[in-house]
Amino acid sequence: MKNLVTQLSSIEIKAKESLTKIPLKLEVHYNFIQNFFTDVARVAIFTGRFFKETISPPYEVNELLKQCYFIGYKSLPLVGITGFIMGLVFTIQSRPTLAEFGAESWLPSMISVSIVREIGPVITALICAGKIGSGIGAELASMKVTEQIDAMEVSGTNPFKYIIVTRVVAATIMLPVLTVFNDVISMFGSFAGVNLKGDVSFYLYFAQAFAHLDFLDVVPSLAKTFFFGLAIGLIACYKGYNATNGTEGVGKAANSSVVVASLMVFVIDIIAVQITSLFY
Amino acid sequence: MEALLKDIHEATDALHHPQNVVVEMQHLKKSFGKNEVLKDINIKINKGENLVVLGKSGSGKSVLIKCMVGLISHDEGSLVVLDKNMDELNSKELNAIRKKIGFLFQSGALYDSMTVRENLAFPLRDAKDMSKEEKTALIEEALKNVGLSATIDKMPSELSGGMRKRLGLARTLILKPEIMLYDEPTTGLDTITSKEISELILEVQKKYNTTSIIITHDMSCAKIVANRMIVFKEGVIAAEGTYNQLENSKDEWVKSFFQ
Ligand SMILES: Nc1ncnc2c1ncn2[C@@H]1O[C@H](COP(=O)(O)OP(=O)(O)O)[C@@H](O)[C@H]1O
Ligand SMILES: [Mg+2]
Repeated sequence: MKNLVTQLSSIEIKAKESLTKIPLKLEVHYNFIQNFFTDVARVAIFTGRFFKETISPPYEVNELLKQCYFIGYKSLPLVGITGFIMGLVFTIQSRPTLAEFGAESWLPSMISVSIVREIGPVITALICAGKIGSGIGAELASMKVTEQIDAMEVSGTNPFKYIIVTRVVAATIMLPVLTVFNDVISMFGSFAGVNLKGDVSFYLYFAQAFAHLDFLDVVPSLAKTFFFGLAIGLIACYKGYNATNGTEGVGKAANSSVVVASLMVFVIDIIAVQITSLFY
Repeated sequence: MEALLKDIHEATDALHHPQNVVVEMQHLKKSFGKNEVLKDINIKINKGENLVVLGKSGSGKSVLIKCMVGLISHDEGSLVVLDKNMDELNSKELNAIRKKIGFLFQSGALYDSMTVRENLAFPLRDAKDMSKEEKTALIEEALKNVGLSATIDKMPSELSGGMRKRLGLARTLILKPEIMLYDEPTTGLDTITSKEISELILEVQKKYNTTSIIITHDMSCAKIVANRMIVFKEGVIAAEGTYNQLENSKDEWVKSFFQ
């Protein structure tokens, strides 16, 4: 009899345990989904606030110019070097394939079209997602956790305007500029690549390179770089501005800025390609 | 006769310096999710007084003073600062109030990317009626007040802990605030430097007749600056009194702060 009672009670305990475990598992999934959607909603609100604050005066022009200098000018060497190497390597790699078809003379135009349409914008955006994204993410996060943003707010300056609007707008303006710079340097790299084997004059090379570039190559690819810049700036600012947990949060913010911004570059790219393909 | 004179003295004092209330909180409540930080706070803070706030770490002292400048919005109750109800302010009015309140952050919150001069100039950005020369003079005076004149073109990272605190204080004082909020001004400093900071706080209060609220764990600082002290416990005010009253309190828990 006693045995039975203990057995029964142990069964009861087990039943209770398993009952409490089921909702727990559900809760984990539920939390994950909930967190995802609250995150998306918060980014949307953040973006909405960004546009509202950008439009309404006062405008922080000096700070904007300063950020353009940091984001744009300071990225020129990195973008230039990668652009040159990219053009050079791309040319060297493509030559054998084209040579097989006896189409070596197409090299300049093929390279220029692929650089201007796709490789230039995406590579520039990825480099900027790394350099600018981590820079802004870490800077804002450290300002946040050391209460500098709060200090700005209590001294009567709107930190959203002063810190975020300036950086996001600067990134949006500078990304197309950096992309054009990258494209041009890439073509010089490619010119160098063509001249490693064979001898093509500077004039001939660029005449061929531009011969097959038209409006539909240049404009949509530049248009998407605006969105790359906007996305990189917004994501990095969002991650930095919402950082918590002291110095640990700074590393986290920098890291996730880069990851999410790089991912967004590809997402925007695929949308942009779909839209431009409508016009062909 | 002497008693009568004293009475008259006090009466005229009261006439010239009416004990007007600058901050009043009634049934103030604030929680973060399930974490009830402020449960029921009622205080009146008078003009020119130095109020010291004691309490264990995590008891909501910083949250309390952040509510006063609108960095954190409270959930329930009323909060009146300088005759303005904080619930009813639009962003312009809130900024106007904030300019009258100085906030010294626990970490100093110096702008790392700016020089000492730019740090001090930052609160003056909106002062359009001030000429450049006036601003420079004000900055130099503020630095002289805290004994940092030589550092004007340095970066904050080049300063020591005590210097950073003093610079934070100078930056906060540059707008001559009516209310000063100090969040642990002497934490992390050696005894001599923290005594200097405490004396600076007292000096500021005398010079500008500011009202100050000082959060501190440092009893020597409290002893120097406090007119009145309150003790926080689990989101309510557990004790109130002067330094001597609390030091001799019958409550062991209150007394434990003084050891
Ligand atoms: N912005 C915030 N979001 C969520 N919780 C917070 C926030 N600020 C403070 N808290 C919580 O409020 C409590 C009191 O914090 P605080 O006022 O900083 O304590 P202290 O008395 O040490 O200054 C802590 O439990 C803290 O976790
Ligand atoms: Mg605190």
